[in-house]
Amino acid sequence: MSATSYTIVNLPDQRTATLPKRNYLNNEDGLLSWLFTGDHKRIAILYLISITFFFFIGGAFAGLIRLELLTPQPDLVASDTYNKFFSMHGIVMIFLFLVPSVPATLGNFLIPIMIGAKDLAFPKVNLLSWYLYWIGGLFTLAALVLGGVDTGWTFTTPLSTHYLNTHVVTAATGVFIIGFSSIFTGLNFIVTIHRMRAPGMTWFRMPLFCWSNYAASVLMVLGTPVLAITLVLVALERLVGIGVFDPTKGGDPLLFQHLFWFYSHPAVYIMILPGMGVISEVISTFSRKRVFGYTAVAFSSVAIALFGFFVWAHHMFIMGVSNYSALVFSLLTMLVAVPSAIKIFNWAFTLQKGSITFETPMLYAFGFLGLFTIGGMTGVFLGALGMDIHLTETYFIVAHFHFVMVGGMLMAFLAGVHFWWPKMTGRMYPESLSKLAAVTTFIGFNLTFLPQFILGYLGMPRRYHAYPPEFQVLNVLSTAGATVLGVGYMLPLLYLGWSLKYGAIAGNNPWQATGLEWQIQSPPLTENFIETPIVDHEAYDYEWLAHKTAQEVTTVG
Amino acid sequence: MDNAIVATHPHTHETAIAAEHEHIVLPQHRHHFETQEQQREAATFGMWLFLLTEIMFFGGLFFAYLLYRNWYHDAFVVSSNQLSIPLGAANTAILISSGFFMALGVWAAEVKKQGLLVLFLVLTTFFGVAFLGIKAVEYHEKWEKHHIPGASFDVSQFINPEKYGLHEKPLAPDMAQKTQIFFFLYFAMTGMHAFHMILGIGLLFWLTWRAKRGEFSAGYVAPIENFGLYWHFVDIVWLFLFPLLYLINRHPGT
Ligand code: HEM
Ligand SMILES: [Cu+2]
Repeated sequence: MSATSYTIVNLPDQRTATLPKRNYLNNEDGLLSWLFTGDHKRIAILYLISITFFFFIGGAFAGLIRLELLTPQPDLVASDTYNKFFSMHGIVMIFLFLVPSVPATLGNFLIPIMIGAKDLAFPKVNLLSWYLYWIGGLFTLAALVLGGVDTGWTFTTPLSTHYLNTHVVTAATGVFIIGFSSIFTGLNFIVTIHRMRAPGMTWFRMPLFCWSNYAASVLMVLGTPVLAITLVLVALERLVGIGVFDPTKGGDPLLFQHLFWFYSHPAVYIMILPGMGVISEVISTFSRKRVFGYTAVAFSSVAIALFGFFVWAHHMFIMGVSNYSALVFSLLTMLVAVPSAIKIFNWAFTLQKGSITFETPMLYAFGFLGLFTIGGMTGVFLGALGMDIHLTETYFIVAHFHFVMVGGMLMAFLAGVHFWWPKMTGRMYPESLSKLAAVTTFIGFNLTFLPQFILGYLGMPRRYHAYPPEFQVLNVLSTAGATVLGVGYMLPLLYLGWSLKYGAIAGNNPWQATGLEWQIQSPPLTENFIETPIVDHEAYDYEWLAHKTAQEVTTVG
Repeated sequence: MDNAIVATHPHTHETAIAAEHEHIVLPQHRHHFETQEQQREAATFGMWLFLLTEIMFFGGLFFAYLLYRNWYHDAFVVSSNQLSIPLGAANTAILISSGFFMALGVWAAEVKKQGLLVLFLVLTTFFGVAFLGIKAVEYHEKWEKHHIPGASFDVSQFINPEKYGLHEKPLAPDMAQKTQIFFFLYFAMTGMHAFHMILGIGLLFWLTWRAKRGEFSAGYVAPIENFGLYWHFVDIVWLFLFPLLYLINRHPGT
């Protein structure tokens, strides 16, 4: 398919345009109609608000951490308080932000529409997931208010079960409950994608966003229960002192590690895969081309999901797994890099010769490409056995996973929120401010985390609140970067909020994109489609779109 | 390429005709499904996936069991000898009966026999409760013998079995400690299983009440079918637990 040049033709006339009279936002009024809704789009909005709330809580702790690390002396807080800071930061960011971010918000909103369905298969279960998210979140906050947790987000035994006298059980209960929220989301997506596609929406006509969320859902459904049972065991061990993980009673802390990482390694793909889906959509739209190697990109999601289950022990190289198994896991880890690389290369080929434009979502997507690639390549270093032993538990690790997760997932999340904001709200955001935010975030991010690679390489360990004076310069840089980054995150909060009332009316398809979601009104009707659509073209078929626009075929809604 | 992405499409109409044809006009039809059939398939598929998550959930415990059983073989043999085969076997029989009645219940719902359905659901519940009763007896016995980990667990009986009238090979003190892990896993696994049964019995009460009101006698059987899957799954977990905990490698002591 050749690139089709385009101009944005159907932006509505500013003086006369209004939002569609009837849409999912004004269909029913009152708080209760939201709290008891079964509409996947409203639930997505509920999630978006909740997740943003927790993101800023997690961010506040990041700020506190960086503030303490401004100076080599432990002058802001005592070491146990510092431990609570980074634990809270990690727990909130991982379980309350990264894991649900794209699936629960954008996935919830878009997957049914993208496949031509009226809703997810189980609307009540969907709402239940949101309540579970909040109940779990409240437990986590309760642990914080009662005095905090200091195990880190990994709840490592025997630390968590024997040595730390904090609210581990409360926090673990919280994470356990949030786990069920993500299991139910995943289950709902899988059933919906299998059973509710519109006529003509074959697997290989499905947008890549659906594929990647599908793969992530498989991971959620298979991995999360293992985390859940592990946390039950930790809680029981702590409460009644049984000995599954306690060496003095014959238990083995390594068992905990195996069970925990069996979830938590795939969990990083739960976090990143949906983000990769966003990137595919954005890159294709703003280079006006079908994603190069569509099938390879689709299957690479599934491959990542499958391989993801066989590499967990690379988190345990220094914990006493045998040399033989360390070697095997090291090799397997390298293998997972392959499907990720397939995606990166295919995106690059898509961009090549595309008619690229740099709207805000595209800026974030470019941010993603750069940062995720660095994060991924440093991951290969870490998968290499010898390197890992030098670098593990240093700031190199911290930099690596922030590049992957923050540089990757968070950039993708912001790309997606901007990309689909007109669809969700019917309004555009201010163009120049949003570009400024994207650039600020990118600069702030690099300033924060690049120094941490060097710090780690020089040997600064993670999870310490004091350090030798020679590390100060780099730490000051990092803290300065975090401040810039903080501004970069605040900006969208402000202008997106502003746009809800004052933004220009977006129209159905401001980006001239091909997905089904762009063929219906913005914001959509509660029932998405009045008549079930029949799909007769591939995903990202811009020739079809040009044709359609020329003929002014009427759309639904 | 044809360009009508969203054409009017007679699906809804067809559905109406099909429904009329089969005389199924079900109030339980949810608006977002195209057809009754789609709704039913989705529910069943969802249930299977849910059971898959349950397998992973129990899988963590089975993994722990296999690992420790390999390491602490002697302790596991001695401890599993402490479990009562007659009680375990009785429970297996009871649970299989309950599963049998559940299967009959699904059949009754499918052939639209309301009275039989209620009867079979009640029988399923009865056997489920009986199972839990026996489990309670077993737990009580463990309590009396000081086999509850963490509480007043007593390893001396495994170090000096004769003194306690046990026909077992004496264990070295550190191996004797490991019996505690066996009992912990016993409680964790059977406890998790019992917890699933308690949930299931709660659901059975609710389904029985709905069955009495005739909700499942007109062709809408998905809840019964899917609950049946859940109940069979719980049975099957027990069919693994019983040999693993009670039977494997059991042999008379020295
Ligand atoms: C302004 C942005 C951020 C800064 C300055 C920051 C800073 C830090 C620092 C310094 C640590 C290491 C603590 C230690 O190990 O000694 C840390 C850990 C961590 N961060 Fe961030 N972070 C930021 C944003 C994020 C975001 C957005 C996420 C997730 C989306 C995230 C996820 C994590 C996780 C999972 C840990 C591990 C926590 C642990 O060791 O228990 N961070 N962060
Ligand atoms: Cu990993």
